[in-house]
Amino acid sequence: MRAPAPDLPLMFENVSLRAGDTLLLRDIDLIIRPGAPTLLVGPNGAGKSTLLRLAMGLVAPTLGAVTWGGSPDPAPRRRAMLFQRPVMLRRSAGANLIYALKHAGVARDVWPARVRDLLERVGLEHVAQRPARKLLGGEQQRLALARALARDPEILLLDEPTANLDPAATRAVEEIVLNAAASGVKILMASHDLGQVRRLAGEVCFLVAGRLHEKAAAEVFFQHPQSPLTQAFLRGDLVMET
Amino acid sequence: MHEGSGAWQLVVSGDPALYAIVRLSLAVSLSAVALAALVGLPLGGALALARFPGRGVLIVIINAFMGLPPVVVGLAVYLLLSRSGPLGDYGLLFTPTAMVIAQAILITPIIAALTRQTVEDLWLEYRDEMNAMGVTPFARLATLLYDARIALVTAMLAGFGRAAAEVGAVMIVGGNIDGFTRTMTTAIALETSKGDLPLAMGLGLVLLAIVLAVNASAWGLRVFAERRIG
Repeated sequence: MRAPAPDLPLMFENVSLRAGDTLLLRDIDLIIRPGAPTLLVGPNGAGKSTLLRLAMGLVAPTLGAVTWGGSPDPAPRRRAMLFQRPVMLRRSAGANLIYALKHAGVARDVWPARVRDLLERVGLEHVAQRPARKLLGGEQQRLALARALARDPEILLLDEPTANLDPAATRAVEEIVLNAAASGVKILMASHDLGQVRRLAGEVCFLVAGRLHEKAAAEVFFQHPQSPLTQAFLRGDLVMET
Repeated sequence: MHEGSGAWQLVVSGDPALYAIVRLSLAVSLSAVALAALVGLPLGGALALARFPGRGVLIVIINAFMGLPPVVVGLAVYLLLSRSGPLGDYGLLFTPTAMVIAQAILITPIIAALTRQTVEDLWLEYRDEMNAMGVTPFARLATLLYDARIALVTAMLAGFGRAAAEVGAVMIVGGNIDGFTRTMTTAIALETSKGDLPLAMGLGLVLLAIVLAVNASAWGLRVFAERRIG
């Protein structure tokens, strides 16, 4: 069931995005390859969500180019996204997964088995028939994860998926993400919880004011931060324009 | 008030003439709603998603047509269907079909306008998720219409209420022919002018009851859906 065209590597070449008079992102050069999870960190407004929306192909850059597996075609093939506040379709949890499978081009006869498998992966077997919008916040987030995984993604983009969750629900989401990463899914995830970044990251991209300020392996980022700005951020200082 | 008790008598005794009129009214208005939905739902949905020059003008026109005067619609359909009109050869004037056509024209803008608003709001909510799931434009429309189903049923009930209650259009194109094109509203107008108040009031009671029932079911549906679907 593997779609032919790959979505990796994901490449940002000299990407800037302008909205009105505001420069949301500037001169981003970034290559995302298969491997350990990449975490996007930075203060609010640094451009983390915007970078993820570009990576998903939901918006086009003002300057520069984003490519997926070398192709500039933004139609999603083997990538999926989990939004901070996912929107559940007005139907049952199971039907939400079927919807994703259908639009990922998965053959109809394997839907029931895939739905069972996905619900099991996120621990929601017991709510398959329940209306998705009536699930608890944490359950909805897990269902949204299952819906993203239904696309059998090479790369999964996550925009602060645990920002509104309690610790137990956060742990459940992190476990699913780590399992997906272990099974070979590339994770690109925004977070402003440094504890979470330590728990999940193999690599860290530090964004400040729309610029990619530092990109480093996680242990380097935390143990030997290169710039004073990164050191200030890790100390918990408020960091602004460079 | 002996007219009042006479009216009540007609309603509870199941007077055949009265219920024949009620049946025809319901058949005409329900057919009109079905026809209007067939046009109005896809039209409203497409208008919500498509971007083209003149879209704003079209939306304003459709919104304005929600308040079309029934007599004007009746007149236009009359001119179309009369012997010398462009569709005169079909001999539809003064038939229930003509009444269905007139009422469908009257309520298509209501259903289209309410659908457009509903689908556009829902699209704002769903856009990112659907794009991330790679949903094609045609499937988008189908999904949005399906997920807005409760609000759209309410829009159709609003159309039905308007159709069942209007008198001008059906009077002009139906002709109020006894036993053939006489509806509740045209019968009430006629019987009142003739002075047969019990029948007029009996029909008025039934009409009110129907309109009340329609609104009650719209409300009930909303509450039920809010609880079940969210």
